[in-house]
Amino acid sequence: MGDIMKKVKVRIQRFNPSKDRYATYDEYDVTAERWTTVLDALLYIKAHIDHSIALRYSCRMASCGSCGMLINGVPRLACYTKVYELNTDVITCKPLPNFPIIRDLATDFKEFFAKHKSMKPYIINEKADGNAREFIQKPEDVEMYLQFSYCIKCGLCYSACPTVGTDKRFPGPQALAQMYRYLIDNRDDATKERLRIVDDRHGVWRCHFAGSCSTVCPKGVDPALGIQLLRAYLLGYGKEKRKKGAMLYSRT
Amino acid sequence: MHMRESSIMKVHYYTGLAAIVLVAIHVLFRLTVPEGYYASLEYENVLANYKNISYVVVLELILITVAIHGFNGLRVILLELRQGNIWESAVRWLCIAGALAVLAYGTRTIILASMM
Repeated sequence: MGDIMKKVKVRIQRFNPSKDRYATYDEYDVTAERWTTVLDALLYIKAHIDHSIALRYSCRMASCGSCGMLINGVPRLACYTKVYELNTDVITCKPLPNFPIIRDLATDFKEFFAKHKSMKPYIINEKADGNAREFIQKPEDVEMYLQFSYCIKCGLCYSACPTVGTDKRFPGPQALAQMYRYLIDNRDDATKERLRIVDDRHGVWRCHFAGSCSTVCPKGVDPALGIQLLRAYLLGYGKEKRKKGAMLYSRT
Repeated sequence: MHMRESSIMKVHYYTGLAAIVLVAIHVLFRLTVPEGYYASLEYENVLANYKNISYVVVLELILITVAIHGFNGLRVILLELRQGNIWESAVRWLCIAGALAVLAYGTRTIILASMM
């Protein structure tokens, strides 16, 4: 067995847009154990060395998607990244690219959520009457969108997307993958409305298929696939896969 | 009035594929000349191509597909470079004008060469 304790240097980008002109880096020495995550290290620094570091976190178990940051150049969830797996003595933490910085590692998700919201991420169906009736789906209907529903809106794919970096009107991989998730759901009845939203000059066609969104997703979602399937749908392929609307079923 | 982006991109993909096929035919024409590839590039032989109506059609089709595909590609690049209604409108009309100018100039060259 090797060492179970490891000394690492954590470099944190410090920047307050209301005060600073340039970003600087502060360095902190932390002792990490095999199970220590980058978030653990950051919280140790915040609790014992420097209280002024700004970062966002909540669940500590890769469910809330709050602690996304650029760790050694790759967008990752700090709570889901172990210090040991980085295999280095220096860990550099920066805020997520493509997001405005609030302070230090905390970024502003307003625009990201606005783009998500513009995709109408909910089932639209007039038959849904709210009278204790539910739509029944076959397992194969669920499989069509299941992986896309695992998205936790952490923004890692958005920060890794080169198109978002240049085109501020591009909805980004998260929003487009969610659009496909609802488009292909056979309970949804707003296909035309949905296609009109993404069939825009800054819409689904601007994806370059770099695939970095899928590489960085901590939940195994493949947004690049969703975008290509959405494109294929617009080109007339894959429509036959979408079954006719799900049946309403009353439990009462 | 403007086309849906999916229709524009369909045209973009199909013209790209068509251009590959047509340019392949164009290159194969060079290889089928009995005197050989280099002889086919001599002035008289090049000019003689323009007397062959099927070859002229291929050249015109290459011109059309490459102009449409190329200028739409340029439009996409410029749209990603900057955003804004004035910029995007200017890019659209400049690319349409550019494609039409290239088509007109290229067609004129083909017609003149076929009459020489």
